[in-house]
Amino acid sequence: MNYVVQRLITFPLILLGVSILVFVAIRMVPGDAITAMLGTEAGLLTPDQRAALANYFGIDQPVWSQYLRWIGGVFQGDLGISTIYGKPVMTVILERFPLTLQLALMSMVIAMSIGIPLGVLAATRNERPSDLGIRMLAMLGQSTPSFVVGVLIIFVLSVFFGFVPAMGTFTPLLQDPLASIGQLIFPAITLGFAFAASVTRIARSSMLDVLSDDYIRTARSKGASPRSVVWRHALPNALIPVVTLAGVEFGYLLGGAVIVEQIFALPGVGRLTLDAITQRDYALVQGSVLFIAFNFLVVNLLVDLAYVALDPRIRIGNR
Amino acid sequence: MNWMTSRKLIAGLAVATALSTAAFALPAQAATLNMAWSQDATGLDPHKQTAFSSLRLLELIYEPLVRLDADLNVVPAIAASWEFAPDAKTLTFKLDPKAKFTNGAAVTPADVKASFDRLMDEATGAAARANFLTIASIDTPDAETVVFNLSTPDVPLLVAMATVNAAIVPASEIEAGNVGNTAVGSGPFILESWEPNSKEVLKTNTEWAGGAIAIEGINISVLPDETAILASLRAGQTDFALLNDPLVATLVPNEQNLTLNRVTGLAYNVLQLNPSRAPMDNLLVRQAMSCAINRQEIVDAALAGEGAVTGPLTMPAFAQEPSTLLCYNQDIATAKSLMEQSGVEPFSVKVIAATGEPPTAASQAQVLQAQLAEIGVTLEIEMMELNVYVDTWLKGDFDMAVAQNGGRPDPYPMYNRYFTNEGNLQKVSNFLDEKSDTLLKQGQWETDPAARKEVFQEWERHMAEQAPWLWLSTGYSYTASQKNVVGFESSPTGTLFGLTTVSIQ
Repeated sequence: MNYVVQRLITFPLILLGVSILVFVAIRMVPGDAITAMLGTEAGLLTPDQRAALANYFGIDQPVWSQYLRWIGGVFQGDLGISTIYGKPVMTVILERFPLTLQLALMSMVIAMSIGIPLGVLAATRNERPSDLGIRMLAMLGQSTPSFVVGVLIIFVLSVFFGFVPAMGTFTPLLQDPLASIGQLIFPAITLGFAFAASVTRIARSSMLDVLSDDYIRTARSKGASPRSVVWRHALPNALIPVVTLAGVEFGYLLGGAVIVEQIFALPGVGRLTLDAITQRDYALVQGSVLFIAFNFLVVNLLVDLAYVALDPRIRIGNR
Repeated sequence: MNWMTSRKLIAGLAVATALSTAAFALPAQAATLNMAWSQDATGLDPHKQTAFSSLRLLELIYEPLVRLDADLNVVPAIAASWEFAPDAKTLTFKLDPKAKFTNGAAVTPADVKASFDRLMDEATGAAARANFLTIASIDTPDAETVVFNLSTPDVPLLVAMATVNAAIVPASEIEAGNVGNTAVGSGPFILESWEPNSKEVLKTNTEWAGGAIAIEGINISVLPDETAILASLRAGQTDFALLNDPLVATLVPNEQNLTLNRVTGLAYNVLQLNPSRAPMDNLLVRQAMSCAINRQEIVDAALAGEGAVTGPLTMPAFAQEPSTLLCYNQDIATAKSLMEQSGVEPFSVKVIAATGEPPTAASQAQVLQAQLAEIGVTLEIEMMELNVYVDTWLKGDFDMAVAQNGGRPDPYPMYNRYFTNEGNLQKVSNFLDEKSDTLLKQGQWETDPAARKEVFQEWERHMAEQAPWLWLSTGYSYTASQKNVVGFESSPTGTLFGLTTVSIQ
């Protein structure tokens, strides 16, 4: 518990660092909200017109004063107002987050339910044709970019089946579970494909390590069935690297799988952040990056806690 | 993977497919048009927004005094009629008495005056203000009449007013500071909801003075990837779509249920030279480069044949055959000889281009690179994200730029900002030229259409000779629709106003 508290105390410090980084980074990118809105026509503005717009977008103050004003708001739970949406940044993010969370969870379920059995299967049939086949499949999955898989899925569905999942909108899971899952299943497969490949490879190599351990030999010599040796004795230990990988991947997915959200036109956090960057919606960029960073921290903490559950030898609380 | 596992997987996928099909294969609502585009509007204030994507939405909601038809003639919108005084210094409008805002109030001369006052106010930050600087005062003598008094004769002013950037908004909304937060216009559709970068729901304005509309409304989805737009058209999920990428557009005719509408646009692709920098300050070098490039080859190779070679003037009423302009037919021998005469050694320059804007920018730069290499000009291509590009472009901080610039139906508002001495984008063109300045201003004052045409064509020949920019091609604006969507009329301005005449059979 002590450990959890320690970790929680570092959260605000890390987030403060992230806030400074993102604040400076987005302002170092040339172009501002005015050019983003007007494009080349921004050249037609007189200095007075430009000043009026700068004031409207809140970019007329020095950068440090903008930062202080913003971070002051953040401490009071106010991430600012998005200029694109004309709404509080937190509201906009929370509207978009359920989609991303559901997509990440579905991808993870797909990746785990395919990757772990395949990895275990490959490890128990080491160097046999089925192992080689699985390894090749995993290599293919890892080396194919998700936009290729996504575009291919959309192409095959639309050309051969004359249908595509509803794009451009999102039906919340609670409102209509079938429609919601139907809408996200193909994007989730797209993301889950590469994710499953990584899981397969990690699960296989870690399983191979564990299977050569002494305690497995002991279990076998005691007459435990091969099935029980693999699934009950070996798998829990072999899962630790898988959990680490899944945690990091899940953290990324919660940041929004930008390309997949873009291809399938899903209004999730990834596209939100991308649009905010291209339209120079500073408050929204800052807010969503902070939000993503926070998710990462939480997921990492959960991963560490999962280690303990999987391997009682690890006692993080006593560090 | 054993046989059982793979069978389960396939079964699982089949169930998932069936689930989604069941959920989404519902018939589309009879009279609501499902539309898709890849870029969404960036705001609702018609006076502030200039992005192509914003104008497409706002044109359906707001109305200016006049608009342009598909042949770029000025036709009535809020104004039923108009008249220039013989000296072109007074422009009088009679408003359509049926014109009404969607809040129920009639459109009055006071609304027109308030809208232009807002537009002209520097605090508004309206880029289009630059086109209206000749307006000295506005009178509203009676309930139907608006009189614009001008400081100098300004014939193109009428065309400049035919844009949603000069939309008439209710004086009451201006006073309440609501313009941009809500969308109260007098146009054919009412904005019911807007989720930026995701979707818009438009409802037909049954009270619209322009007449009855056959569809109930428009649901617009923002699908950022154009191949996804094509997929949703194939699947029948989208009835009508706006396309930008010529490569996607060329795939549409292969689908038997889909129609592609194509119209030559006013926007033009151009290689902008920076004549303030050596060696582009040398006229002979610029002319050599103009002679060295094969414009048709650029269209064929970079635009997949989807475009036409153009000189500076892209509007049909003024344009002349590009092959009659100096060096607009490739002539390598002349190009080499001009380079020799210039005394300039082979040189290397940087050319900037925006990533994906237009989608063909990178390939145009590459073809230009190959063509100019023949006369010893080495292009180093620097691709930039759009905002970075725009910033660099506005500062004029480049040797050369591959650009796609927007067109106007009239040459004066299209080019005065770049090529008159006071033009506010003179810094971008870096080209000061007395003859260009004189001719463009003459075109602004001249009221006789035939004489105007001759003035601008002389200007066009002059610009081809001076070659500060090498005009390349115009592209097409594309829309694609299901075969059962009929009645859409495309326009070179790219407007979607033609949706007012659409019906779903």
